[in-house]
Amino acid sequence: MDVKNSPRYLYWLFCQFELITCSYLMEPWEKVLFYSFNLAMLGLLLYTTYVCVAFQASSAFQFTCARVSIENKTPKNVKIQSLLFS
Amino acid sequence: NKTINFYFVFLCSNPGPHHCSGICAFLVKALFSFWFINHIIHNGGLYKRPFNEAFEETPMLVAVLTYVGYGVLTLFGYLRDFMRQWKIEKCQNATEREEQKDFVPLYQDFENFYNRNLYMRIRDSWNRPICSVPGAKVDMMERVSHDYNWTFTYTGRVIKDIINMGSYNYLGFAQKTGPCQEAAAKVLSQYGAGVCSTRQEMGNLDKHEELEKLVARFLGVESAMAYGMGFATNSMNIPALVGKGCLILSDELNHASLVLGARLSGATIRIFKHNNMQSLEKLLKDAIVHGQPRTRRPWKKILILVEGIYSMEGSIVRLPEVIALKKKYKSYLYLDEAHSIGALGPSGRGVVDYFGLNPEDVDVMMGTFTKSFGAAGGYIGGKKELIDYLRTYSHSAAYATSMSPPVVEQIITSVKCIMGEDGTTIGRARVQQLAENTRYFRRRLKEMGFIIYGNEDSPVVPLMLYMPAKIGAFGREMLKRNIGVVVVGFPATPIIESRARFCLSAAHTKEMLDTALKEINEVGDLLQLKYSRRRLVPLLDRPFDETTYEETED
Repeated sequence: MDVKNSPRYLYWLFCQFELITCSYLMEPWEKVLFYSFNLAMLGLLLYTTYVCVAFQASSAFQFTCARVSIENKTPKNVKIQSLLFS
Repeated sequence: NKTINFYFVFLCSNPGPHHCSGICAFLVKALFSFWFINHIIHNGGLYKRPFNEAFEETPMLVAVLTYVGYGVLTLFGYLRDFMRQWKIEKCQNATEREEQKDFVPLYQDFENFYNRNLYMRIRDSWNRPICSVPGAKVDMMERVSHDYNWTFTYTGRVIKDIINMGSYNYLGFAQKTGPCQEAAAKVLSQYGAGVCSTRQEMGNLDKHEELEKLVARFLGVESAMAYGMGFATNSMNIPALVGKGCLILSDELNHASLVLGARLSGATIRIFKHNNMQSLEKLLKDAIVHGQPRTRRPWKKILILVEGIYSMEGSIVRLPEVIALKKKYKSYLYLDEAHSIGALGPSGRGVVDYFGLNPEDVDVMMGTFTKSFGAAGGYIGGKKELIDYLRTYSHSAAYATSMSPPVVEQIITSVKCIMGEDGTTIGRARVQQLAENTRYFRRRLKEMGFIIYGNEDSPVVPLMLYMPAKIGAFGREMLKRNIGVVVVGFPATPIIESRARFCLSAAHTKEMLDTALKEINEVGDLLQLKYSRRRLVPLLDRPFDETTYEETED
């Protein structure tokens, strides 16, 4: 696995990215513009993933926990609690 | 084999409705295909040798990524154009003058946009100046650009002994030593370099007569005529042969000279799909049945324009089928053997020799001396009446300066060498060496996993690159490793199908080819060019059944 993660392999991957998106042909200031745009988009994507998916995951987790604990309680409480979490 | 061939010729020439005879033929062929070699079965036994042509389909991911690359470059192109218009950046390309800015814009179409923003970035792979004879190895002048390919400066250094995989030097006659060069030097001291006249005035030398007789004998035709420029041979002689009221059926991928000649003639032009005989037959049938568009009169002449080898695809024309169609529908055939003369066939006499056909079946045999003979110019061969007519009525004969004497002598010597009339077997050996080199090179490249287009026997080898950045990268990386290649992109090819085109030569030794293959392998790994999924794509050369016809209908 060391071969895969070595700097040489990562550099080669970066070269492939450059060739596919044609940033190999761009002048340096164009490259800066392009990479900063890409990184900004990537950052936005990660942040959105963190906010939305994390929220959904945590609410789903709480729901399943509540469901498990409901089964140990009275029917009346079950109704109220299930209404609250729906 | 002969009886089976006869049987299939009979079956396939059956003029019944296509689907009936197609199904019967298919069933019988399917039966026999279990027992016999495939190539004898297909097309009624017209082919005496296997016809292996393949064009592997573009992988979907590669096509999508190519479009992504072009999209990014287009966006940046718009940005740069915006900056140039608002004077944020200095404008270095051609624009209209200030006074003309309110007129209709001159440089706004896609070709100019492409030129400014995409071609300029990779321009250093083209127009490279060479400073030696373009043989198997060539010297190149080194040049650098400090403003991203808008201007170039020479460093003064000469890069020596670059393996030349780009010159059309199929039989290796581009030499500065040897019998051809000595004969040409002798004629230069006798006749000088200039002719100073046209063929019809005072420019008809005895050397030209000698050359034309020799070319006619070489091709196996009655008579031939030679011109000073290959492009002009096509563009100036097709208008002399056809005119208004005639029909030209031209292949999709014909060379610019044929297209120009066809357009200049004023005849109606219809295009059939590349090397697709069903498409050609459909057009011929429609032409005979419906005649001219408005008046319904029969066409005066129907001329089919095809090339021997198509240099961008590396494909060879299906000549036996074209000749069979031509005879069936009583039309004429114009065969442009620019790349195939000298390069194909057991004795180097072109695509007619390669298929073992009769040269008299081709009405107009045209070719050039640029590729396999190491000279310049073109010829047309055919019946005596045709050539005599062209001597009088061709624009090229009437207005163009005739061929220069040393060039004529180079052609005479090289043709004699190929025919074996100079007493040696050098010509024959070169033709065989080229065939060997072709087979070896193509096989090795396919094994490595590249997508290679074209016929197995064609010395033109296109290697697919697809992505625009890889066009520039491939050219530069190969030059770093001392190999000169020609890369081609839009507009010579469709926009996503850019390629690198190797032209093999009899002058390449096996060591040179091995070196080149090693470097190509390295660059292929570096740039991830090995796209082939190694699946055999079914060719059109399969039994003609009912579905084949529908495929070609527009």
